[in-house]
Amino acid sequence: MSSEQPILPKDAAAAEGKVNVQINGKWHRFPKGTRIADACNSVGVHVPCFCYHPKLSVAGSCRMCLVEQGMPPRLAPGATPTYNDDGYQTIQWMPRAIVACANTVAENMGIRTDGTVCREARRAVLEFLLTNHPLDCPICDQAGECKLQEYTADYGQPSHRFTEAKIKKGKNISIGPRVNLDQERCVLCRRCVRFMKEIVGEETLGVVGRGGHNAIACYPGKTLDSNYSMNVVDICPVGAMTSKDFRFKMRVWFLKSTPTIDVNCGTGTNINIWTREQQVYRITPRQNDEVNSCWMPDDHRLNYKYINAPERLLTPLIRTDAEAEQQPAAWEPLLRAVAEQLRLCKSSELAIIASARLTNEELYLTKHLADLLGIKALDIVPRMGESDGMLISADRNPNTTGAKLILGRDGSSLPDIVRGVKIGRIRSLIVLGEDVTAEAGISAEQLGELDYLLVVAHSESPTVRAADVVLPGVTFAEKYGTMINVTGRIQRLNRAIEPLGEARADWDILRALLQECGEATLKAVRATSSMDILEEMSEQFEALSGVTWANIGNCGRPVLETGVTIPLIEREKPRKS
Amino acid sequence: MKAMSEITYKPGREPHSRETRRIFRNIDRVGYNPSIECFIEDGGYETLKKAVAMEPAAIIDEVKKSGLRGRGGAGFPTGVKWTFIPKGNTKPVYLVCNCDESEPGTFKDRFIVHQDPHQLIEGMIIACYAVQAHYAIIYMREEFPEAAEIVRKALAEAEERNFLGKNILGSGYDLKIILHRGAGAYICGEETGLINSIEGVRPYPRIKPPFFPAAIGLYGCPTIVNNVESLCQVRQVLMRGGEAYAADGSTRSPGTRIIGVSGDVQRPGYYEIISGSITYGELLYDLCGGPKPGRTFKAIIPGGASAKVMRCDEVLKGRNPDGSVRKMTIFDVPMDLDSIAQHGSMSGSGGVIVMDDSRSMPEMLRNLNRFFAWESCGQCTPCREGNPWMLKLSTRICEGKAAPEDVDLLKSVADNICGRTVCAFGEACSWPVQAFTTKFREEFLALTKPINALKPHNPETAEARKYLTRED
Repeated sequence: MSSEQPILPKDAAAAEGKVNVQINGKWHRFPKGTRIADACNSVGVHVPCFCYHPKLSVAGSCRMCLVEQGMPPRLAPGATPTYNDDGYQTIQWMPRAIVACANTVAENMGIRTDGTVCREARRAVLEFLLTNHPLDCPICDQAGECKLQEYTADYGQPSHRFTEAKIKKGKNISIGPRVNLDQERCVLCRRCVRFMKEIVGEETLGVVGRGGHNAIACYPGKTLDSNYSMNVVDICPVGAMTSKDFRFKMRVWFLKSTPTIDVNCGTGTNINIWTREQQVYRITPRQNDEVNSCWMPDDHRLNYKYINAPERLLTPLIRTDAEAEQQPAAWEPLLRAVAEQLRLCKSSELAIIASARLTNEELYLTKHLADLLGIKALDIVPRMGESDGMLISADRNPNTTGAKLILGRDGSSLPDIVRGVKIGRIRSLIVLGEDVTAEAGISAEQLGELDYLLVVAHSESPTVRAADVVLPGVTFAEKYGTMINVTGRIQRLNRAIEPLGEARADWDILRALLQECGEATLKAVRATSSMDILEEMSEQFEALSGVTWANIGNCGRPVLETGVTIPLIEREKPRKS
Repeated sequence: MKAMSEITYKPGREPHSRETRRIFRNIDRVGYNPSIECFIEDGGYETLKKAVAMEPAAIIDEVKKSGLRGRGGAGFPTGVKWTFIPKGNTKPVYLVCNCDESEPGTFKDRFIVHQDPHQLIEGMIIACYAVQAHYAIIYMREEFPEAAEIVRKALAEAEERNFLGKNILGSGYDLKIILHRGAGAYICGEETGLINSIEGVRPYPRIKPPFFPAAIGLYGCPTIVNNVESLCQVRQVLMRGGEAYAADGSTRSPGTRIIGVSGDVQRPGYYEIISGSITYGELLYDLCGGPKPGRTFKAIIPGGASAKVMRCDEVLKGRNPDGSVRKMTIFDVPMDLDSIAQHGSMSGSGGVIVMDDSRSMPEMLRNLNRFFAWESCGQCTPCREGNPWMLKLSTRICEGKAAPEDVDLLKSVADNICGRTVCAFGEACSWPVQAFTTKFREEFLALTKPINALKPHNPETAEARKYLTRED
């Protein structure tokens, strides 16, 4: 080829391992092997799918993603291809639509989603799906987030031609402790079947019946009781699989979703919290291919009830007399009194039991509070369990990595503190976000013998009841902050609801305490948000240098090398390549 | 090997003079039984001895040269299919014999497995040797319990005489053939459905691409799926030589074909003919003895239930050898694989279903719809939801409860299924509907009444309408 000849797009693309694909008249370049559905969606051409899920094997059975496809005409033997002015070959369109999920892109391929072929195919598939589907969206719990409903509005037809009797299937079947199945609403995409088989590795669900009587069911003697069962509710595109916990509690369009992270273990599963008017209704996983893929365990998902529970502490409490009950108090005078009390304590007799459930910002303030008061006895409460080999980390604290980085503590000196309390060496104790009676092994009586017990907590506990002063903090859903998961990835915690009652975000309580205790040099004392504290931290810690609230993003960023991996993600990697 | 003239057949089963019995040579033959002795006495396993002395590639070449096309219905060249095994393949290769003969109107393989199993086994060993498969499976449909026993016995006999097993006939080639029984589903005849069935999962056909069996088949390994008759034909190819085989019959589909005629003819049954040597007219009038007394032929389904129906009085355009167009009917179309395809139907598996003027076409279609609605696997949407719908519509038409628009609706439902499904079942179930409603439209319309469009025919709808109409 002479040097004057321009490089054809196909060669230019091939050089970077890509192919040129025309989508609705526009040329794009995609890596070889990209699925047509993914390619279209990545450039904003929406391809509707029911059965296709990027994390599962391709079923290709719903036929919703049919697109019109064309390739250059096959050449006669010996003929050379001709190229138009832009360097592409003409596309010969196929009369039959193909599925976008199972087919991959090829050089000079044409895809059309706006033509008659595609439009007709989608309309027909939706008509078929609705023949035996109950037409009762107003009483279906999925309404508002139902793919069938959305696609019918987008690509369907206004009236239906099916006037025969519908096929009857099972309704409201309890297929597991947390999931209900409505076989009539099912579109048989088999995402749930594939999820259980491929991700969980338990063949619990299958299809029974022939032809039009196909239905999802559990295999004989099995129930959908896996700790990951509720993910089938998320991936079910219609109202067939519903969560027993959430169904019929609230219409989804009334709910606001807040992207944040799960705090039940060190994995830091990315989640959305769905709230309305200060009430949390459900938690769903949010895709993050480095942390939790698209999934989350059921027990973590359901562990949100404490947020709106009656045990929540809504006002600061003080016990003025050792024999008396705790009394509600106003924040500002109380903080002043606490600071005064803390300054009176001998630093060798004072200890802080902090929590690895606190955010990095809160731990940072804790550290400075300890430094200011000269406290050496400071540690977190460790929570080690066993990993489930999927997403649940052995470390059940969400921010142990952050505590190690910021406090330099990992829970190993906690027994010393506990012994100190028991033998009376430690006379005053600050407990931040923990119930030390349950987790650290200090009994309520021993707490009662302390001179002074300050507790920051969001809910009632024996520790709280033993406290001299209780400062009501908030749950993870009510505050901003960052945490570092077991793999060393810093992630953001977003506020889904305002702090309940008079409760304040823990970082704000600590900030106010520091201020009252006379800290002056620290910028964080004047912080108006946890983002301000993060800014100061990024200057102080090498690992956090350059980290800002904005560049952590919704999916976090790795800041530390811990050598710890998440089993499910490791298993997913070879599948991806 | 006895000459054809020395063979006698059971009374009433004698071949017609225009038949050429090769595959069906021993079917209904007097004094013949499925034992290996009988088969060997008649020259059995001689071809195998010849084959194992050849290079596997030479056998594939020979089969390619013969132009043999698969007899399961799609008519794909057998030799070409064998070459689709990826080059440099290191996985085991499997060969599966598709004996799930379940296309309504087709009955050829059943005779082979019931009466002449060694013919199949010999053909299969040759095919396995050609593709170097060391493990082969005969997938037998559930409805052949006796044949299963016969084939099992035959396999044991063949193994006893070292036609199967280790080091076959001293060639160093090992092969194990096992019999796998289906559980009674039409879709298991689809090759990827069949593979799933063998694997023990639901026989949902696999999506192609990527699951072309020759590349990713049984347990992810290259798998060749051939029909019973095709494998028997492979033996014929080797017996006669590829070129000699190709010399018989039509150029594009050489060899003999077994035609199963059922329905309204004087002599229904199987006929083995040289492909393209006779026309549909000759088949029905000469070999089958014409229509029943006082009846005339009305329609023919030329290749199993899923082929498009042909009207007997339909005027077709044929081409003379000089290129000019001549008018003809279905009776003038030669019986090979491709001629009928030019007229919009297919020769498929060779099951010819004949209907005379006593038959109601809507009833015929309803019967087919019932079959396909029951046999749809339910994997993909159009077929799963469309088939029950078509059945309900055709039932309503037959019961006289339909309006004229419903005939068009029926056709349009079929149009919406066709070409949009995972496997060929979508075409199989929609072609009959498209053909019946187009070609016999007047019969369908005659059963409908315009007033029916206003009458609620669905009790559920009637119930729902109560709430829509006001009493006053």
